[in-house]
Amino acid sequence: MKQNTVLGYDSKIEGDLVVSRLDAVINWFRKHSIWPMPMGLACCAIELMGTGASRFDISRFGMEVMRFSPRQSDVMIVAGTVTYKMALVVKRLYEQMAEPKWVIAMGACASTGGMYRSYAVLQGVDRILPVDLYVAGCPPRPEALLDALLKLQAKVSREPVVSAWKRVAEPTRA
Amino acid sequence: MSPRDLVQRLRSRFGELVSEPVEFRGELTVTLANAERIVEVCEFAKASLGFEMLLDLSSVDNLGEDPRWTLVYELYSLAQRVHLRLKTSVSEERSELPTVSGVWRTADWHEREIYDMMGIRFRGHPDLRRILMWEGYPYFPLRKDFPLAGKPTELPDVAFTQPAPLEGGPFVTRPGGKDTIEREPRVRTPED
Ligand code: SF4
Repeated sequence: MKQNTVLGYDSKIEGDLVVSRLDAVINWFRKHSIWPMPMGLACCAIELMGTGASRFDISRFGMEVMRFSPRQSDVMIVAGTVTYKMALVVKRLYEQMAEPKWVIAMGACASTGGMYRSYAVLQGVDRILPVDLYVAGCPPRPEALLDALLKLQAKVSREPVVSAWKRVAEPTRA
Repeated sequence: MSPRDLVQRLRSRFGELVSEPVEFRGELTVTLANAERIVEVCEFAKASLGFEMLLDLSSVDNLGEDPRWTLVYELYSLAQRVHLRLKTSVSEERSELPTVSGVWRTADWHEREIYDMMGIRFRGHPDLRRILMWEGYPYFPLRKDFPLAGKPTELPDVAFTQPAPLEGGPFVTRPGGKDTIEREPRVRTPED
């Protein structure tokens, strides 16, 4: 190899600097690898599986890694009817997820209890979890869920990061 | 053997304990006078009449009548392709009868479901726990006097419940109505 071989390093580009805010950079990292935790509880879970199938190519958004372990996931997609029997399990799984974490309530049931006005069904998962996005439909189409995930990306990119760290670091001044 | 012959054999074995069969839409129903003897009858039906399958076991709440509970056993013979329905009653004070899970193992979960939803206990059941609601839930929700919306329960570590908003419901359909307004789900009081 000769000493002056160009090895894919173009000083005209890589030598330059991009100036940005730390918040924007961190959020940019975060929003392009949101790993969903599929909390499939009823029929909506079938559409969630459809969303994960090749036709919709969810990996375009860096979200194809559906994790069944709460410790490895960023967004819990509550897809289906949350019964009271399951409610505490859902809550516990949410608590096991590492920060930062988000919740999408997919479908009428997860959002409001849906058609199940009954003794056995929690009337909306927002009674136990902080929900970021609600997806309408019974069930919502995969496009609707993808739309929600894109909206979640938009939301993530607006979130304050460094100022939130400061608040955690100096709780007395908050 | 035809279903009627099988019922005749049941009656000749148990006499007045088993009622005359009632036919409705080609299905035969017999009533058992004493729920305490359900196991003998079921054992005989399985061993001697070939009803090797219990299709279903369900319960009815006749609120305001005595006896309040009706238990319905759906028997089927695969070899003979014969179906027979067996009914028996239990009073509210008793709310208990012997289990048939020793005859058909499938009765195990059916009986658990009846216990869970109606609160009828099965004596001798190997594992009589709730099956749909959670352990510790204080009510039996399929009873007629239990509101559809549910009642509040205060068991934060087990599972809490709150009454569901019914928005004026429950909304009841009326099949066979002459127009959509008649047929669609609406709030209906018993009078109209
Ligand atoms: S919203 Fe509809 S499709 Fe989704 S879980 Fe509820 S009933 Fe099923």
